[in-house]
Amino acid sequence: MARSKPKNTYLMGLRDALPFLLVAGPFGLLFGVVAAESELSVPQAMAFSTVVFAGAAQFAALQLMVDNAPVLIVVATALAVNLRMAMYSAWLAPWLGGAPLWQRALAAYVNVDQSFACSAIRFEQYPDWSVAQRMAFFFGVVTPIAPAWVAMTALGLWLGEGIPAWLALDFAMPVCFLALIGPMMRTAAHLAAAFASVALALLLAGVPYNLGLLVAALVAMAVGARVELWQTRRAAP
Amino acid sequence: MSDATIWIIILATGIGTFLLRFSFLGVLGGATLPDWVLRHLRYTAVAVLPGLVAPLVLWPEATGGQPDGPRFAAAVATVVVGYFTRNVLGAIAAGAVTLYALLWFTGLSI
Repeated sequence: MARSKPKNTYLMGLRDALPFLLVAGPFGLLFGVVAAESELSVPQAMAFSTVVFAGAAQFAALQLMVDNAPVLIVVATALAVNLRMAMYSAWLAPWLGGAPLWQRALAAYVNVDQSFACSAIRFEQYPDWSVAQRMAFFFGVVTPIAPAWVAMTALGLWLGEGIPAWLALDFAMPVCFLALIGPMMRTAAHLAAAFASVALALLLAGVPYNLGLLVAALVAMAVGARVELWQTRRAAP
Repeated sequence: MSDATIWIIILATGIGTFLLRFSFLGVLGGATLPDWVLRHLRYTAVAVLPGLVAPLVLWPEATGGQPDGPRFAAAVATVVVGYFTRNVLGAIAAGAVTLYALLWFTGLSI
């Protein structure tokens, strides 16, 4: 859509990621606080944030560990919460698949909601980017976010208390992702998919292990693809 | 829960999460995918992200899951401004201003 090609996609990713510091920061801090109250040691809490590196799954796992759930249930639940990342991986494959294996492996490690969402906007906006430019953008997004996540976990562990409630930073995450969703609504097919996603996710909110979201997402993708087919058929002579 | 058990959970979750993230990107590589697959993948973002945040908007944890006027209005403002201006930062600003203004206002009136 836009004609001018940005020179440095890495810096562009870095810039796009900045608002998400408001998401990763408080979320990481909160994980540190909750971990400090649990039986996790400091190295274990830090390992969680660096090895697993997935906010929602970490909270789910920690909650179950505090409740003394069986190991298998803890791991399965955390992985179920992260299943959506396999969908991000599938989406990324056509865009980044041409990169060397080690780059794809590194990208997989930092394949999170933020890097996926920012890429979903920019890759489609600049379809003429090379694989290297896309990869640079992707790593640009996680450059501020990953260290912030880990550092704020440490700060939370050390402080042992959260952010005052009147700041309402709990809502930074919804606002940041909603801000990306608006510009994604380019066609009737995108709108239809988004509405299906919201309706089904709310309807299936009670399904355990976050699996309702997965069902909602798969159905919504099918809805988007179906509406796109209808539109192209109608447009055909 | 023993120390070793906790470490096992961290490592297993970490490895499993990496495999989920790597899966398609790692295995497919530069392979060309059939049209119908690509047509579905085009809607991944709009199929996952709205569903991910919808429950947080309608039933915020900060209010104990009770629907909250200021948060709902902020969500609407963010989407509307993002949709019409295509400006992500503008949308975030609209959401933040709406949220804080309404929280302040309702805080005063109660």
